[in-house]
Amino acid sequence: MSQHVLQFKEETFRDDFVYSNSRWAIDRFPFPFDKDSYMYAVNLEPHTTGRAGSIYEKSFDVDEHYVAEMRERALTLLEDPLRCQSLPHMTLAGWDLLELIMTHKARDYPELFELHRDGLQWRWVNKPLGIEQSFIFGDEATLPYGPMEYITRQSQGDWCVLDQRDANLWMDAGMVTTQADWSLDFDIGMNFFEWHAPVPLAHELGIFQRALKFLLAIPQGAPARRLNWTMTVHPRHDTSPENYPKWGPDRTTVTAENVAELMYLRVELQSFWRLPRSNALVFPIRCYLIQLNELVSHPKWAKRFHRVLRDLPKELAEYKGFERNRALMVQWLSQFDDGALTSPGGGPN
Amino acid sequence: MSIPSRPRYSGLSPLTGNQHLLVADGAGGQAIVDMSRQVAPDWFAAAHIIYVVGDASPAFADMPQKLQELQARQWHESPTIASALPRIAKVLADAHMGMRLYLAGTEGLIGQVMQLALNSGMEHSSISTEHRGTLARRLQCVHCKGITEDVTTQPAQCAHCGLWLLVRDHYSRRIGAFQGVCIHAEEPLNIPSAVTSFL
Amino acid sequence: MSAEHLKIAVRVTEVQPVNALITRFSLEALDGSDLPVFSGGSHVVVEFGSCMNPYSLMGHPFNTRSYSISVRRDDAGRGGSRYLHEHVKVGDTGLIGHPVNLFSLNLRAHKHLFIAGGIGITPFIAQMAQLSQPGQRATAPFELHYCAQSADLAAYADRLKGLYAGRVQTYFDNENQPLNLVSLLQGQALGTHLYVCGPSGMIAWVRTTAAQLGWPSEFVHFEHFSAPQPGKPFTVELATSGRSIEVSERQSFLEALEAAGVNPPYLCRGGACGQCETRVLACDGVIVHRDHWLSEEEHQSGQKIMPCVSRVNGRSITIER
Repeated sequence: MSQHVLQFKEETFRDDFVYSNSRWAIDRFPFPFDKDSYMYAVNLEPHTTGRAGSIYEKSFDVDEHYVAEMRERALTLLEDPLRCQSLPHMTLAGWDLLELIMTHKARDYPELFELHRDGLQWRWVNKPLGIEQSFIFGDEATLPYGPMEYITRQSQGDWCVLDQRDANLWMDAGMVTTQADWSLDFDIGMNFFEWHAPVPLAHELGIFQRALKFLLAIPQGAPARRLNWTMTVHPRHDTSPENYPKWGPDRTTVTAENVAELMYLRVELQSFWRLPRSNALVFPIRCYLIQLNELVSHPKWAKRFHRVLRDLPKELAEYKGFERNRALMVQWLSQFDDGALTSPGGGPN
Repeated sequence: MSIPSRPRYSGLSPLTGNQHLLVADGAGGQAIVDMSRQVAPDWFAAAHIIYVVGDASPAFADMPQKLQELQARQWHESPTIASALPRIAKVLADAHMGMRLYLAGTEGLIGQVMQLALNSGMEHSSISTEHRGTLARRLQCVHCKGITEDVTTQPAQCAHCGLWLLVRDHYSRRIGAFQGVCIHAEEPLNIPSAVTSFL
Repeated sequence: MSAEHLKIAVRVTEVQPVNALITRFSLEALDGSDLPVFSGGSHVVVEFGSCMNPYSLMGHPFNTRSYSISVRRDDAGRGGSRYLHEHVKVGDTGLIGHPVNLFSLNLRAHKHLFIAGGIGITPFIAQMAQLSQPGQRATAPFELHYCAQSADLAAYADRLKGLYAGRVQTYFDNENQPLNLVSLLQGQALGTHLYVCGPSGMIAWVRTTAAQLGWPSEFVHFEHFSAPQPGKPFTVELATSGRSIEVSERQSFLEALEAAGVNPPYLCRGGACGQCETRVLACDGVIVHRDHWLSEEEHQSGQKIMPCVSRVNGRSITIER
């Protein structure tokens, strides 16, 4: 059981960008590179919990940014309700997801969340957000939103709920407000290969065929996970294609003087969980942001990230949207790279 | 070399079924005529043909007549795609399993009728499609959600909000359109010249 | 991925013969905890004594107290079902895997059309209960057509007719009540999904008829209840580990591998899920394919085998394990 006491911070992910990671948050950051170079892989592994202090200790990690992130989500949804959609046949999966998140959070963070169940009469308490809700499990009329929307408004990260049919996965519901530049409204209804269509190189490598086969076989009780990454200018959560004209110009404001302050490594912890009543799969995409200045406080990360960025194929840097500023980042990071060997694995040592 | 979400149309071919609904626009009518050579003469006794004349090119002036000669059980000529859709929706609502669908012509026709078919319970993988005629695209602006018809240039201007959009190959069956993303977001004044690309 | 580490210890709380061939077993968690909810159509692999077979869960999917399975006694098989019938009593303990669904409802269907043959009724019982759960907004209507040799052997027919009045139709061979499949299928509205579970011959008949009537394959779902059959013993050369093992008459190929400490992944143990697919490097004999996973070409090529249900007629086989 983690001894760390969470202090929720008052932060913003737009406009004035008041955001920083505490020492605790930096040390547990999911640095995604286990070696000095990066290429796509089916890097799926069992989502085993328990490693004390890590982001993997609990099923659904809650950190110091929780309250601020949920406030940011609510703002994004006010501006654009199309960020949360559920096709009609996905309501059962929504209830599955609500149960999954509520039961795991109440068990893993009893000081923050409570779930009281009496048959189908449930009462949910969310202390950080000041929510207390009684409802009937399975009856939409007793919640202020559909079940998926209700619970994901209280859960960090994006959530994609995938219908499993015809030997494929279909993105038929989702809450997507912290995405790295893809549109739920456009992609909803697509299958696994279709929504991944814009990713360069990976299709030819057979990555998606292998990944799909693995995902289709995930049973209840045995979730899997992987890490994905990109870069963002400012700790901005809403980097949706819809708002690209708003955040796109930020990329042209990066200079040699401000690169370490403006550029953030954005890591997605993706996991995959079988949902019991609907047989659907839920795919949470949890976003972690670390400023370059914060990242280099670990010398191994500084060296390794320098090498990864320097040697990354151009197509990947372009697809991930930071090719424009790559040289600036590599230049700045080079001061930390003495050419020494780095240890395998993503940990700070 | 395009991306997996860009639709591919494998060509009309007769499917096993007891009713056949064939919808075409412009040059797509010829795809139906061509397919008719692969089937027995009485195949069309179980067929319903809906033909959209559209901006009738003189090249297709005789298409309605050629299609009527196939002697389908039901025949209808519509001036535009939009005016054909209510009839198609009703035919699909009344249909039974065993009804097969064939779409031939522009991507706009295929995409819009496909939307109706998906809503009525059909699956896209069991619908026969053939592209004929212009490659002009329906484009959805990801920013304002407006759909611009008959896009032939790269980039293209959104007919609703005026942004210049990169016309992507990423396609949504649900929306029946390709995705357009602002091409001058990072440098608002730098708009590449529009080049005719989809004819 | 196999559900190896996810087994649940259970106790038998009911052994109820249903008719001359079928007995129902009810199971609760040994430690009194809740069993997982599941989706209708799921099965669990049941381990009691020498029995290690998959069985469809027929109870209400949201019932976490107890699971029920119905087992048809098969005297020609390797003895799994016979073991359950003859040796398992109330109070006995065993193991089950987590529920796995290889026969799930397509929730986009405008209507679900179920065709059951004999013991194939079991997955539909759970699915109909799920679709009838109150409080759900718009679930699609369903209809069951249940074929059996006789009224006596049509387990649960009366109960289902009572529960779902007007939506259950039975057809008994001995009363000369054939199912008019063509007329049934022709009358279904667009968007109807068809599900069939029963003997292999019946499944083949329904699939072929549906295809001939123009039903696309995405709308036709089926589940075979295949169990491994006994066969002549043969030798297995394990190319990766360099070892040699024997598959005995009553052991399945998969069971022999597991006994030797080689654990291919599995979800169904019945030739349907594809998880245990294994590359064949050489074969001194003929592969007897009994699965429903590999294609015709793959069967002919002799390069792959599903060890859960398939065997070799001959001396030996070399596999990539």
